[in-house]
Amino acid sequence: MRSFAGEAVSWNLSGSVVELTLHRAPLNEIGTATLAELEHFAAALAAVSAEASALLISSSLPGGFSAGADLRELFTRSEQASPQERMSGVRDFLERIHRVMTAIDCSPLTTIAAVHGVCFGGGFELALACDLMIADKTARFCFPELRLGLIPGFGGIPRLKRDVGNAVVRDLLLTGRSMNAAKAQAAGLVSQVAAEGAALRVARATAAQIAKFDRATSAAAKRFLKPIPEAELQRERELFCELFARPLVQEALRKFVQSASALPYLP
Amino acid sequence: MATLEQTLEEILNLAAGYFKVPRAELSPDDDFFTKLGINSLQALELLTRLEGHFHIELPDYELQGVSDFRTLAERIQSRL
Repeated sequence: MRSFAGEAVSWNLSGSVVELTLHRAPLNEIGTATLAELEHFAAALAAVSAEASALLISSSLPGGFSAGADLRELFTRSEQASPQERMSGVRDFLERIHRVMTAIDCSPLTTIAAVHGVCFGGGFELALACDLMIADKTARFCFPELRLGLIPGFGGIPRLKRDVGNAVVRDLLLTGRSMNAAKAQAAGLVSQVAAEGAALRVARATAAQIAKFDRATSAAAKRFLKPIPEAELQRERELFCELFARPLVQEALRKFVQSASALPYLP
Repeated sequence: MATLEQTLEEILNLAAGYFKVPRAELSPDDDFFTKLGINSLQALELLTRLEGHFHIELPDYELQGVSDFRTLAERIQSRL
């Protein structure tokens, strides 16, 4: 399938570039609807990869790339489920989203996340699955999960560890603070910083450069450079489930969902 | 180094310009969420612009409980 227009994501193959656009209001929260469409994309990725050189992932929403997992849906579903159903539901969701992330991570295409604004939690993890991150000056990166009594669960920690020094991982994870684009570039996370609103244009220019190369060579180089941290990804899923089983997580989710605070995006 | 009053003035000018509020309507002790009519996302935008303007990093947890320009200026001043 060369193009698709869904409720949460759309994609289009044009020339040698596949563009995946996130557009689920309010801020591309990743719940079951988005996951189903991302799975649809992952299934189509193998076929479009034969015709393309690069994959660009971006958001068409003004607020940013993605605020991460859909915590409201997670809370609502958890409230309605028995403890056993709650855990099996979370485990199933994690395994499915990990398959999507890994499909993007190990795609033979050179993958680029064009990021602006909020890039938090699961959104940050999606960007980390890409080969290159191009951020505009408004971008902010954050893992706020610890305030819920959780760790990132979509593969973020092993992928962040793969890309940057452990001190940066600890700083982001253990403080829950957000990091701006300039700092993220200095840390080695972001490859290029673009002017406000220009990340996608810069990403397209980069994709055009990538398209000049032999696809098999680019794919071989990527396989060589970017191993999938399978064991750590599995351990992350297990640890997430262990932490999620505690009552304090459900209380933290309730507090988040019911909060009238003006600062829900600030850890 | 800039004084606290100078930093405060720069914040007020920046906020007025970015959120298109007349500068004369902003005072140091105003609640900037109310006065600028901004939500949490826009507060993050303001934080990003302040970091860029002052060439600092201001961890967002330092903004917890901060809603007036004067306290914001104090937080920034401590990073200059």
